[in-house]
Amino acid sequence: MDEASAQGPINREEEKDDPLIIVKDLHKSYRRGAQKLTVLTGVNLSIPEAQYVVFIGPSGSGKTTLLNLIAGIDKPDKGKIIIAGVDISTLDESRLSKWRARHVGFIFQFYNLIPVLTAYENVELPLLLTHLSKKERKKHVLAALKVTGILDRAFHFPAQLSGGQQQRVAIARAIVTDPTIIVADEPTGDLDKDSAAQILDLLNYLNRELGKTIVMVTHDPRAAKRARKVYVLDKGILRDQYENDLSWT
Amino acid sequence: MKIPYQYSVRNLWNRKLTTVLTVSGMALVVFVFSAVLMLADGLKKTLVSTGSPDNALVLRRSSTSEVMSTIDRYQAGVIATQPEIALGEDGLPILAKELLVLITLNKRGTSKVANVTLRGVDANSWKLRPNVRLIIGRKFRKGANEIVVGKRIAERFEGCALGESIKFGQRRWLVVGIMDAGNTEFSSEVWGDVDQFMQAFRRPVYSGILFRLKSRELFTRVKKRLENDPRLTVIVKTETQYYKEQSELMERFIKIVGMVLTSIFSLGAVIGAMITMYSNVANRVVEIGTLRALGFGKTSVLTAFLLEALLLGLIGGLIGLTASSFLQTITVSTTNWKSFSEVAFRFTLTPRIALSGLAFAAIMGLAGGALPSIRAARLPIVEALHTWE
Amino acid sequence: MNLLKYIARNTFRHKLRTSLTVLGMAIVVLAYCLLRTVVAAWYAGVEASSPNRLITRNAVSLIFPLPISYLNRIREVPGVEAVSYGRWFGGIYINEKNFFPQFAIDADHYLDLYPEFIIPEKQLEAFKKDRRGCIAGRLIARKYGWKVGDTITIRGTIFPGTWDFILRGIYHGIDRGTDESQFFFHWDYLNESLKKTMPIRADHVGWFVVKIKDVSQAAEISRKIDALFQNSLAETLTETEKAFQMGFVSMTEAIVVAIKIISYVVIGIILVVLSNTMAMTARERTREYGVLKTLGFQEGFLFKLIIGESLFIAVTGGILGIILSFPAARIFAKSLETFFPIFNLSAKTLLSGLLAATLVGFLSGIFPSIRASRTSIVDSLGHVG
Repeated sequence: MDEASAQGPINREEEKDDPLIIVKDLHKSYRRGAQKLTVLTGVNLSIPEAQYVVFIGPSGSGKTTLLNLIAGIDKPDKGKIIIAGVDISTLDESRLSKWRARHVGFIFQFYNLIPVLTAYENVELPLLLTHLSKKERKKHVLAALKVTGILDRAFHFPAQLSGGQQQRVAIARAIVTDPTIIVADEPTGDLDKDSAAQILDLLNYLNRELGKTIVMVTHDPRAAKRARKVYVLDKGILRDQYENDLSWT
Repeated sequence: MKIPYQYSVRNLWNRKLTTVLTVSGMALVVFVFSAVLMLADGLKKTLVSTGSPDNALVLRRSSTSEVMSTIDRYQAGVIATQPEIALGEDGLPILAKELLVLITLNKRGTSKVANVTLRGVDANSWKLRPNVRLIIGRKFRKGANEIVVGKRIAERFEGCALGESIKFGQRRWLVVGIMDAGNTEFSSEVWGDVDQFMQAFRRPVYSGILFRLKSRELFTRVKKRLENDPRLTVIVKTETQYYKEQSELMERFIKIVGMVLTSIFSLGAVIGAMITMYSNVANRVVEIGTLRALGFGKTSVLTAFLLEALLLGLIGGLIGLTASSFLQTITVSTTNWKSFSEVAFRFTLTPRIALSGLAFAAIMGLAGGALPSIRAARLPIVEALHTWE
Repeated sequence: MNLLKYIARNTFRHKLRTSLTVLGMAIVVLAYCLLRTVVAAWYAGVEASSPNRLITRNAVSLIFPLPISYLNRIREVPGVEAVSYGRWFGGIYINEKNFFPQFAIDADHYLDLYPEFIIPEKQLEAFKKDRRGCIAGRLIARKYGWKVGDTITIRGTIFPGTWDFILRGIYHGIDRGTDESQFFFHWDYLNESLKKTMPIRADHVGWFVVKIKDVSQAAEISRKIDALFQNSLAETLTETEKAFQMGFVSMTEAIVVAIKIISYVVIGIILVVLSNTMAMTARERTREYGVLKTLGFQEGFLFKLIIGESLFIAVTGGILGIILSFPAARIFAKSLETFFPIFNLSAKTLLSGLLAATLVGFLSGIFPSIRASRTSIVDSLGHVG
């Protein structure tokens, strides 16, 4: 924890009370063969810094697409996504890559660790895109592994780890660069009940203690309960939003 | 229970890129394989069909080709009196005394030269080789400085077209006719009056004596008599045998180089097929497990995968053969090491070569598919169904 | 952790596939090296020829001889340092399969013009003294188990009869490019025998070897020699030894061209095999590439990753192929000994084999790299397996 906070807060250009993420009139559709599939139609929302939000909704509601758009791995047809003052929908492929490396930490349902790299090397991977020296990288990797509680497995390969352990490595990889937002797509979708609970605890810890902004997609009601704010999507439209009472945690 | 063959076909279709790459590898190998056989066969066919089994050729003993042989007028006279020689309508023996020399000519449009066979012939020479036809112009006149050139020479050498002339033996020779002898060596020769050639080259001896046998069975008898005649030091061969020997050295070379290469290549292609089939198995573990769970036996799975590999091979084989069949339009000209003269021949695709090419492709496919198919058949069902990545 | 380590680990992910591909690569590089060596062997005579030697032969063709009387007239041409002569014998040793070139030579001077043939002084003296003596190259002496003093019987084809020679010396080449399969004996021996049996063919040589002082004068001297015999019964054609040897190569050019084409086809085959492996590999890792892109890695990184792996496989295979070339060339040389007395793997050949492998490695990686970089992140993450 000490190591993690030692990284210090990131200076943001925008004013403190502005929302960190602003989504304006977002439209997105896909072409599958001859037919056009509309996924998002005019979504608007804003998320302040250090918030923990979750998108829920049935399959095909557009929640994952919305997440992908916020994470900058997909491009909207229309609308704006302003994150920390930058409209990422206007960035080209190469700028977007650099932006992601700097601002987004991604957590996947299937962990998506590189099988030929050890836990340590997987976490180190995003740091290769920074200018940090080998020694500095080591410091960051060890800190991230410690925060996620998987330091003792640092030199194991993914295949030697359980699902829960792999997801911890993946979370360490997501936070190691101290990104602006952490994006999680069904992080507990492939885990048993106990492991899932531990991962959710970890996310709450990251949000509450370290002030990380988290955006998550899930259809697991237990996971949805752990976020501060819930957005309900249906057929590409934002149907509902409510805040959870987290005092019980 | 059998797995429908469509399963194998569709699997190949679904992984188009990999299939295309594997098939092209096979096709290239079959192409080289059949091209080598076609080359060797074309050469052999040209030289063998040059000779006729009804003709006997007399050469000086120990000569390996007509160019080296010498037979003087006296010996020629002895040979002409043999009773086994067929007689023509005029009652005279059908026998030709010929002189063979090599001259160097320039290839058209290049600075390259090649040795061309010059054959001094007499009237019977045309009779003895009915496959030699005059296609343009006329035959040379006796006693004149005139020549008839083979079609392949007329096309490729300077001064050899109808009406042109070439210089050798201190004289200028006018091309008065062009002959075609199909796919035989005579299409690569230049013919003229034997007496004129003997004078021009100051060579008072013949190279060989060619005659028609009354019947093929008489060959051994006349061979024995001539070879044992104390006045002669000769060797007698059927014309067919002689030309077959001429092609042996070159054919052996083409075959050695060709076969060494093809075997090396085929190893490469088998490995290529193996890589593809192994990955096909690896990619379809769950699928195989499902098929097994549905009740298909090990043999069925094995057959389906082998069929897939066989198909890969056969498609490659067909493409390779198709490509190599286009080679048939190409005429290759090179110097025959044995006779040291220019010989032109075509790649020849025979049904036998086509079949061996296909069989070869099928074997390559099966060889490449064998181990992966066995792996597929042996996958334990439960494990296969649980492998999910 | 660095890129190289990542590439190396990726390479060994599919051990079986990688080893098969490396093996395939090795086999093809081996075939390529052998083919290039066959082509080089074809030109061995051209390579070994000396720029200060000219060959004078009958203008009609090589089978026509030249009178020995030309010797003195050629010697008098300015710029000519020495003249010698030889005649093709073309005999058969035991049977036709045992081919090696035999030359009837001017015993006193011919070998002086060929400093690349090294013969012990004493053996050379013994050869010169014995009219029936002969000298053989180390290669054929070893092949047929000849020792100095042995009698070698050769059956003539151009010159009928059975000829006995006594081996007086064995020469070896000054370097690996020298033909060690030739057989020399006295022209005088042949000629005297011809005088008795076929006087019309006596006193003739197959060609003259002319040594010149100044290489730049070659064309001029050639012209002068040929001018001497213009309009005579036997007109001459003089050219540099290189051009003369080249004449032999160009006669069988069709085969050389065919072999060259095949050596490129070989590269095509391996390109296909390796491309296939890389295409399969890249397809299986589509999801992984998506993850890397999500993390912010750009196309350049994927290119390095994929091409790095394919280069790694190709170069490993190439090196293995080159190592295998050595024993393979020895076997190949044995079976083609009759055709090619000189069959050496040259550094140039091996290097070009390695270069071809590298090129193949590079090319095979390009297509999958492009595909990987074109696939959108969302699509690749959705890709299973």
